This record gives sequence, C-alpha cells and structure tokens, in this order.
Amino acid sequence: MSSNLLSSENSIPWIRIVLGLIVACILPFFISNYHVFQASMVLSYAIALVGMNILIGYSGQISLGHGAFMAIGAYTSAILMDKMNIPYWMTIPIAAIICLVVGFLFGLPALRLEGHYLALATFALAVALPQLLKFKHLEFLTGGVQGIVIMKPDPPWESLFGLKLNSDRWLYFFTLAVTLLMFVIGWNLIRGRVGRALIAIRDQPIAAASMGINTPMYKSLAFGVSAMFTGVAGALSAILVAFVAPDSFTVFLSITLLVGMVIGGVTSLTGALYGAIFIQFIPNIADQISKAAPWAIYGTMLILFMYLMPTGIAGAIRLLGEKLRISRF
Amino acid sequence: MKKRQFALTTLFISLIGFALPAAAQKKYDPGASDTEIKIGQTMPYSGPASAYGVIGKVQAAYFKQLNEQGGVNGRKINFLTLDDGYSPPKTVEMIRRLVEQDEVLLTMGTLGTPSNTAIHKYMNTKKVPHMFLATGASKWNDPKNNPWTIGFNPNYHSEGKLYAQHILATKPNAKIAVLFQNDDYGKDYFNGFKEGLGAKAASMIVSQASYEVTDPTIDSQIVSLKGSGADTFFNITTPKFAAQAIRKVSEVGWKPTHYLNQISASVGSVLKPAGLDVSVGLISMQYIKEGADSRWDNDPTMKDFKALIKKYAPEVSPDDANATYGYAVAQMMVQVLKQAGDNLTRENIMKQAASIKDFQVPMALPGVLASTSPSDFALFQTMQLVKFDGKNWIEFGKPVAVN
Amino acid sequence: METFIHQVVAGIAAGGVYASLALALVMIYQSTHHINFAQGEIAMFATYMAWTLINAGVAYWLAFIFTILLSFSLGVLIQRIIIRPVENAPVLNIVVVFIGLLVILNSIAGWIFTYTIKAFPSPFPKEPPFGLYFISSHELGSICVTMMLLLLLYSFFKFTPLGLAMRAAAQNPDSSRLVGIRVGWMLALGWGLAAAIGSVAGMMIAPVVFLEPNMMSGILLYAFAAALVGGIDSPGGAVLGGFIVGILENILGAYVIGTELKLSVALVMIIVVLTIKPAGLFGKVIVSRV
Repeated sequence: MSSNLLSSENSIPWIRIVLGLIVACILPFFISNYHVFQASMVLSYAIALVGMNILIGYSGQISLGHGAFMAIGAYTSAILMDKMNIPYWMTIPIAAIICLVVGFLFGLPALRLEGHYLALATFALAVALPQLLKFKHLEFLTGGVQGIVIMKPDPPWESLFGLKLNSDRWLYFFTLAVTLLMFVIGWNLIRGRVGRALIAIRDQPIAAASMGINTPMYKSLAFGVSAMFTGVAGALSAILVAFVAPDSFTVFLSITLLVGMVIGGVTSLTGALYGAIFIQFIPNIADQISKAAPWAIYGTMLILFMYLMPTGIAGAIRLLGEKLRISRF
Repeated sequence: MKKRQFALTTLFISLIGFALPAAAQKKYDPGASDTEIKIGQTMPYSGPASAYGVIGKVQAAYFKQLNEQGGVNGRKINFLTLDDGYSPPKTVEMIRRLVEQDEVLLTMGTLGTPSNTAIHKYMNTKKVPHMFLATGASKWNDPKNNPWTIGFNPNYHSEGKLYAQHILATKPNAKIAVLFQNDDYGKDYFNGFKEGLGAKAASMIVSQASYEVTDPTIDSQIVSLKGSGADTFFNITTPKFAAQAIRKVSEVGWKPTHYLNQISASVGSVLKPAGLDVSVGLISMQYIKEGADSRWDNDPTMKDFKALIKKYAPEVSPDDANATYGYAVAQMMVQVLKQAGDNLTRENIMKQAASIKDFQVPMALPGVLASTSPSDFALFQTMQLVKFDGKNWIEFGKPVAVN
Repeated sequence: METFIHQVVAGIAAGGVYASLALALVMIYQSTHHINFAQGEIAMFATYMAWTLINAGVAYWLAFIFTILLSFSLGVLIQRIIIRPVENAPVLNIVVVFIGLLVILNSIAGWIFTYTIKAFPSPFPKEPPFGLYFISSHELGSICVTMMLLLLLYSFFKFTPLGLAMRAAAQNPDSSRLVGIRVGWMLALGWGLAAAIGSVAGMMIAPVVFLEPNMMSGILLYAFAAALVGGIDSPGGAVLGGFIVGILENILGAYVIGTELKLSVALVMIIVVLTIKPAGLFGKVIVSRV
C-alpha cells in the first residue's frame, strides 16, 4: 500500500493540474451563484479530507471526531469576525494555529490509544463538543444555542478582468486560493520527512522507534496538523454559510467526513477532492431518486462503492489509468 | 368631423383605460404565473427531528388535493419541500436552491429555530417572503428589521410567561422544578417562564435540569427534580422526552402540578404512549384542534382533514398533533394567497400577511383568531389554558392576551 | 440521601440498558474482531418486527421468541450477503459498510413505520416491585434478563466447543481453517447471535425510551463506551462497564457537574481511563512479538 504510492507520486502531473486550475478559475462565471456556493463548500470539505488523510491514511490513527475540529475552526472564525471585527481573511491563519495547538494537545493522551479505543475517544469528543458550545458560561463567546450570524464579506473589487465579481464568486476564489495553499502544504508534508516518518510509524512502529523516530512526537504532530487542516476547512465553511451553531457540528458530520475520505481514497490528495464531491452531492442525488427513503439510497451507494472501488475513487481511477497504459503495449 | 374624432378618441382612451388596470392587476414576481404559484420549504425529513416531517407530508397532501379542486384563484400550487436533516448548513444550501434555482415565490413553514436563524438574513436581503415559520422563537416577530419574516407558532417565550403568571395567581408559594431541552427552544420557554415569575423566579425555582436531544433517557433528571421537594413541575420537552417524563414522574411517585409545553401536548403522539391515566391533570396551552379530541368528531374541518390523510397520506396518524398543525398552516397560507388575488408580487404577499384581520383558521380552536398588523407580526394574540381529564384537553379560564 | 440512592439505582437501571447493547457489541467483536456500528439499528429494526407482531395480535412471549429467531436469521443474512464481500478489506472500508448499513436500516424503518414514537409493551407488571419507588418492575426485570444473557454468553464462549471454535475463527482464521473450522459459517453465526442479543436488548429498552427509528443512537455511544471501558473481549467487563457508565453518568449529572456539561465530563473520563488502562478495565493487553 505504501511504497508504490511514493513512487507514482514522484512525477507531478503538471498538465493535469494546470488544466484543472484553468477550469476551476473560469467555472464560476458559467454557473449560477447557487452552484458557485456549492463548489466552494466542496473545496472546503476537500481541505478537511486532506487533514483526515494525513491522520488516518498516513499516520494510521483513526478519528471519528474530526467534526469537532471543524467546529473549533468555524467558531474561531465566527467569534473573531463577530466579536472582534477581524477581517475574514485574517481569521483563517488564526483558526489554523488554534486548531493545530488543540489537535496536538488532544493527540498527546490519544497517542496511547490504539484502534477501537482511539475511535471511541474521538467519537466522545465529537459528541461532547456541541454540548460544550452550548454551555451557558461560554455563551458570551459562542452565542450558546443561538449560534453566531456572520456578515457575508463583499468582494474587494467590483470586477476582475472585466468579469463581474459578486460575493459568492469572490468567496469561491478565496476558497480556491486557500485550498491550493493547503494542498501544497499537505503535499510537501507527505513527501517530506514528516510523511515518511508517519508511514514508517504506521506500518512498522517498532522498527521506526528503534530507528530513532520520536514516535509520540510525530503521532501527536499528525493529530495537530490534521486538526489544522480541518480547522481551516471549518473556518471557510463558517464564512460561506455565514452562520455557526452547535447543530451544524453533530456526530453525523464526523461520520460524513470519514465516509468522504474512504470513498475518495485513503492516502490520496486527489481522493480528497473526489470524496468532497461525493459527500456534497450524493445526498442531494439520493433525495431526487427516492423521496421516501433517500438515506437508504445513500447507504446502498456507500456499500456499492466499497464493493466496486475498495481503494476509493482515486484508487479506481489510478487502476483504470494503469490498465489503459498496459493495454497500450 | 370633429365630433367623430372626439368620440373615437374618447372611445380609444376609455378602451385603454379599461385595459390598463386589467393588465396592471396581474402582477407576478418569480414563482408566480397565470397557472401556478411556487412555494418552497425545508423540513427535517431525516435526522434527530424527523418526527416533524409529518408536517411537510400533510401540507404536500393538502396542496395536492387543493390543486385537484382547482387551486387558488385558478392557479395550482407547486409545493417544493426539501429535506435539510435539521442541519443549518444544509438548510442554507436547500433554501438557496429553492430561491435561486427553482425561483419560488415564497417559503412556507420552514422548520427549526437554528435552521431558520441560518437563513433569516438571507431571506430578508433577497426580499423573499419567509412565511409561517414552524418555530415559536420570539425573534421572528420583528417587522422593523426583518420585514420579510413572519412566524406562525405562538411565541414560546410568551407561553412560558403564561404558565408563570398562572402559578403566581393560583399557587404563589409553589416550589417549582423545571426540565428543559438544552437548545434554543428550551431556553426560550425557560426565559419566558423566568420573566413571568419576575423577582420571585430565584426563590420559586428550586431545581432545574437540562437534557440533550441525544440523551437516551431523562430518568436521572426526573429523580433529581423530585428529590428537590418541588411541588410544581414545568416540563419543557419535545414529544419523545415528554412521554418519558410523564411516565417517569408517575413511576417515582411524584405528584406535582404538572405544566407541559404546547408542542408536546398531543394526545395521540405523547399522552397515549405515556399512558392516559397518568396524564390526568396535566396543564398546557392549545390553539389548534387535535385529531384525538372527540369534541371535533363532527367538525367539518376535522372530517376533511381525516379524509385527506386517509387518501393522500395514509401513513400519517390522524391523532398526530403535528398533522393538524401542518393543516392549519396550509389553511393560513391559502387565505393569504386568496387575499393577494392576482397581485402575486412578493411585496403584496407580505402586505396581505401583515393585514390579517381576525381570521378564524378553520383548524384552529374556535375563538382563537389570527390577526396581524404592519407593526406586529405575531399571528395569535391570545392563548387558552387547557387541562387533561383523561380523555381530552378541557379548556379552563378565558383566553389570555399575550404579547 | 434518599435521592442519592435513587440516582444510583436509576443509574443501575440505565446501565442495564447500556450493558445489554454492549453485550451485542462484545458478541460481534469476539466472533469477528470488528465493532459493528450498525448493531443498534439492527436491534431497533428487530424491535419494530416485534412491535408489528404484537400489533397483529400475537402474544408477547410468542412474539419475543419469534423476533429472536427472525433477528438471528437477519444477522446471518447480513453477514453472508453484505459483509462477506468486504471481509478481507481494510478496516476503514468495513467501517464505511457498517455506516452504510446503519443509514439504510434507519431510513427504511422511518419509511415503513414513520418517526412518531410508539409505545412498546413490557412483559413485567406495572406495579413497582415490593412497593419501592426506586425502580420499576420493568427495569428490575430487564437487569435480570441482561444478567441471564451475560451468563449464557459467558458459558457459551468458555465451555462449549462451538464457542471455542468461534473465538478461534476470529482470532486466527487461517489456523482455524487448518483445524477444520468453517470460518465463514462461524462469522455468520456470530452475526446471528449478536443480532439476537441485540433484539432482546431492543425489546427491553423500547418500553422505557419508546420505539422510534432514532431510539438507539443515544444508547449506542454509551454502549460503545461501556464495552470498551470494560474491555471489548470480556462480556462480564462490558456489563460491568455498562453499570459503571450508567451510575457515573447519573451521579455526575446530578451532583458534580450538572446536566449541561455531562458529555464533556464523560469524554474526559473515557480518556483518563483509557490512558491509564489502554485496553479497558478488564481487557487483556495484546502483546505482539516483533
């Protein structure tokens, strides 16, 4: 699982990336504002899924509670914008740092736990956080059960190269820029020393430790970095939706993120994008297929995807690509 | 020659004069046309609040039947109701789709306080009527700042006040225990209650406990509340927990004066499962007729309602209070549309909604009239206290004016 | 003081509820080494089947037994048809399949039976036992049923050859095959038994919390915690874990931190316990050789 991953990612598919970027940049001018909003949400989910990839895929620690970090990032952004009038773009790096620290602190005790036990601890985190957000002594900060309503930012320029910019389009480009930045950071982490250390710890923990890798440090770091990514995603989603409330961050969100990551493809950056598209659009499609039991359709699709694409969508595409290449010979 | 010219000109002008108002009378905003009116809605058909999905189902059935009978002023109602799973980001997404993609004329009966809070500013910025919200939070009655939003449910805050004032009047030395759901709705009721008790709140409320929607049971809370020695109990719970609470209160041998919030006062969906015998003496508030109430067995609206769900929504139980509630909201909506006539602009719709004069919604209790004015969007100005006698809710006292 | 005792007893009663579902989780873990997140929904669905039977006029105990048999078959079917294709897939894929199953069962139950709560009858008398108000007859009866299940489960795994075969199949499938154990059928059996236990749990829980499709979601977390804190491979530990979770939850909520922070305290507790004893209170720490 691990070795051919690194070797196939030695060559950066520049052409595909540039093409993808061009499409991404002209997209908002051809689709309705509502779809632009949806596209921005997909991008923010993709960042969250990269975070989960780092933790679960590369570091081998499971988390059923990443929705909590999304909540922390979102609330950080909302509180800064609402209570301290900090501009929206500044809240992103602040949310990132706060989530990095919180994630690292959570990772410290968590690193003693394995598999199911870690799953339980993270699950409990996801369940406990909404209640904490509603806590009456924190109400002055979090808005308690009412949540916080945010002002949607206006675009700084009326138009770009003669193309009209509105709030939705501007936020889309902002989100796109942040997504690119986070993907580049993620890419460098994974390919660098940190990534290799994490893979070593995941696959052969005892050998890794005996080679001098500071296992506890790296594992907690993985938690922190993963939380940072998810926190940034949360902050972005808060700005996009212009509202945060405890009800936005239930356990179901954490489970949805996990599902998105696996369906997209564990240990794959492009998988994060596919997974994000899945979790954003498939529920809507399921609703159109069956109004009576849409989630039954969703569940069936989950199971079918696991049967047909066990390595996720990214894995399936890679296999398809290899098959096509082999068949050429 | 001049005379003929004059006559022709007069004829011409008068013809235009007749034609102009006729053309000006039919005014449409997106979502309205000669043949249809598009109404949008989000409803939690899945997730923790899915029991309320019945409301949307009944409303869809109502409009379907209405369309078969010719619609409103000759126009069919195209009712688009989408699932938001009680998740505010999903509500935002679905509402944006309804407004921007499906171009509905207005939204009706969107459910949930957090869900509606998420779209409150959006609807008012986009100037789309945000009507008859299925929540009793007090913040929807704000015509000055949010003129496009109008609620439906009598205010939770006011209802809490109503019970508090009743306690002050009948049992001024009561020791009160309160159980509330730890969210917007629960706290709204509780705050109204405390406000109603005024200065005596701190001394009269001897014990309070909250619970989360995700909690399996509230047994522990009931045990604590009983242990405080309270003799009065204000029960702010949603239907499932209300049934649990009513049962547990009787099981632990506690016999307080028991006030139950209106949203869980359904004989069919709460009191029957809890046990009709242990529900005797419950005090609540009512404004909509209930299917399980034998008083309305021969009431024409109730008969229509029961026939409707039998034909179009057979999985819905006629005893479910959510069902008659949904019916009442649909009736109110149709009344506003009728009032608007052919002027189906969003502005006119709100104008009509702001000028409802003493309208008796057929599914509402007789005497509970709906009235609004441009400065006060609260639909129901009076509330009626009721007590459960083992079979039905019986009214006692006169309707109390609330604000 | 009286209230304190009452809280503790209420905690034991609640704990009994968590313990019964935890037993189903332990069952499935011991036979497949997976934690099935859909266990609660299977139990809920089974309870609806019982409700349908009882509503059609079938006597309670007859419906009870029939439901156990039906759930057993349902469990076996699910394992053979849905789980088998992903048996050897990575753990995360299996988790996603469990989630898919959970969502499907929940949605279908909501569609067929609607989301309105339904009363579910209890086989135990309505009057409190010996005139006590601390606990209802049903709660006392459910605890006894849970203890009986525990005893049955424990003896099954410890003393019967079939139980041994199941444990072997889960722990070391390859060696088990070499010894002649039909591993595939052991897994199916495990699922069937877990579903059966779950159905009993559901039928004991429903009279208290009322039957509706989301009935088990709150309980699943606590059952999960109980099973893990008590030790996922120990039925006795899971039951004890259930009672501990139930009592602590009540006591903390009532006296220590108030109901508004109960969950955060539970979270801290779980982390503390697992940090000190990573395999749970009564679990065995697996030592793997290098």
